[in-house]
Amino acid sequence: MTGRRRSETVVGMTMIEARGLVKAYRSTKAVDNLSFEVRPGAVTGFLGPNGAGKSTTMRMIMGLDRPDAGQVRIGGRRYGDLRWPLREVGALLEAKAFHPGRTARAHLMSLAASNGIGRRRVEEMLALTGIEKAADRRAGKFSLGMSQRLGIAAALLGDPGVLLLDEPVNGLDPEGIRWIRNLMRGLAAQGRSVLVSSHLISEMAYTADALIVIGRGRLLAQTTVAQLSAHGATLKPGGSLEEAFFQLTEGVTDYSGGLS
Amino acid sequence: MTTATTSGHRAASPAPGYGFGAVALMEWRKLRTVRSTWWMVAIFAVAMIGLAIVALSHEGYRQLSAADRAAFDPTHDCFIGLVLGQLLVGALGVLVMTTEFSSGMIRATFAAVPRRPVVLAAKAAVLGAVTLAAGEACAFAAFAAGQASLAASAPHATLGQPGVLRAVVMAGAYPALVALIGLGTGALVRHTAGAICAVVGVLFVLPLLLAPFSASVQDASQNFLPHPMANAMTAVKPLAHALSPWLIFALLCAYAAAALAAGAWALTARDT
Ligand SMILES: Nc1ncnc2c1ncn2[C@@H]1O[C@H](COP(=O)(O)OP(=O)(O)OP(=O)(O)O)[C@@H](O)[C@H]1O
Ligand SMILES: [Mg+2]
Repeated sequence: MTGRRRSETVVGMTMIEARGLVKAYRSTKAVDNLSFEVRPGAVTGFLGPNGAGKSTTMRMIMGLDRPDAGQVRIGGRRYGDLRWPLREVGALLEAKAFHPGRTARAHLMSLAASNGIGRRRVEEMLALTGIEKAADRRAGKFSLGMSQRLGIAAALLGDPGVLLLDEPVNGLDPEGIRWIRNLMRGLAAQGRSVLVSSHLISEMAYTADALIVIGRGRLLAQTTVAQLSAHGATLKPGGSLEEAFFQLTEGVTDYSGGLS
Repeated sequence: MTTATTSGHRAASPAPGYGFGAVALMEWRKLRTVRSTWWMVAIFAVAMIGLAIVALSHEGYRQLSAADRAAFDPTHDCFIGLVLGQLLVGALGVLVMTTEFSSGMIRATFAAVPRRPVVLAAKAAVLGAVTLAAGEACAFAAFAAGQASLAASAPHATLGQPGVLRAVVMAGAYPALVALIGLGTGALVRHTAGAICAVVGVLFVLPLLLAPFSASVQDASQNFLPHPMANAMTAVKPLAHALSPWLIFALLCAYAAAALAAGAWALTARDT
């Protein structure tokens, strides 16, 4: 349904490449010399504890935040140089990136106008994300899960070859979580590059092929789910993916719970 | 060869596929689909026309002194509603920008159109067109309603008299310029409350604060603060020490351009 015209042409074209990204906010170094690649045809999990720098990195990929050093290219170009940004990159950065007083349909129709996308595509995305019945309600009244679905509809609007999803399962019900897992796998199978952030390694086990693990803004591992779980098995008998992940992020977790 | 130069140039900074028209269409759809836009335009119209009727029907021309009769300007007095109306369109201009920041919509907007000055220019075009249309319609309506409300004994103005048409057209253009100043301020300040305070401060509070000062301060404020400038611009009987209406109009256009330029700079320089 998404990407009939995309699947043949896009493979090998739209890779995300980050080189030496640095971003500091006052005293905190949110991203520190981060380099990685996101390849087409796979779901790449972007993992790290709270405050690791995942959202900051995604904003830099989108050209929303300017890196202090380093660069990021999408299919060899800066985000700002894309010819049709929405048709090349789709992003879900935060649950509520819309005016609360505007209806879901009006929100999508306005974004669509900027990149020459028609009404039919808007209707298709409302149906695909299951919010068509709420399309004429003001989006400010949406539940978190419905807001998330509207964000996904906006991300898919231009049928893009690259998708950036920042914690897309946030607020979704179990049916919604299963839906988005299948959606992401389907999009990757069509040859798109899908980068999805999460703090939950267990979530990535269901969806991701490749993994980028960061902590305190630094790259801890660029690996695959298969490799990481094989490593987990060597740590202790019956050791899991989760085991290996905690070993990786040990010492870089800034916000961990305690009893005292 | 020309082809080689062209393609080399493109590789350095490729032209985007989307044009200004597409971005303006996005901004028009955004402006149109938020209820507060139409509420503010409606209240603006009520203020402009309603206050013209109230002011001119209570003019009491018969009781005026000879000096006041000589100064009586039936055109200018129709635009008393600008005192309130300017605040409404100024706030509308602010909100067009700041609600994008408060809601997070700005990231969706800049993801769709990464060339930020183009976004601001498209907002300015759409907001300017809507407020100019509303401003002119209300200015002519306020003028007509004002003349109709004026006592029969008082001198009436007609559009054919010298300077009257100019005053009415400028009264209608002033709100659009204020809206653009609000838009630029919103892009610079980003927070709704702060930007509205700045705009209301310059439009409304500053002239009041300067009121008790000497005549020379008054003359300066009349030529350089937006609302006193609007007063001078919409007068048919020239006010003492006022610059020419066209010069004041050009100065106000420069204010709007400066606010937009500052806004465009701030949008480009800062992260979102
Ligand atoms: N605009 C900002 N101003 C100041 N500090 C910021 C800003 N954005 C992010 N930070 C800081 O940068 C660091 C990385 O934040 P970021 O949101 O990128 O982490 P994250 O990996 O997305 O975390 P989470 O899993 O909680 O979403 C944090 O220490 C955060 O406080
Ligand atoms: Mg985050």
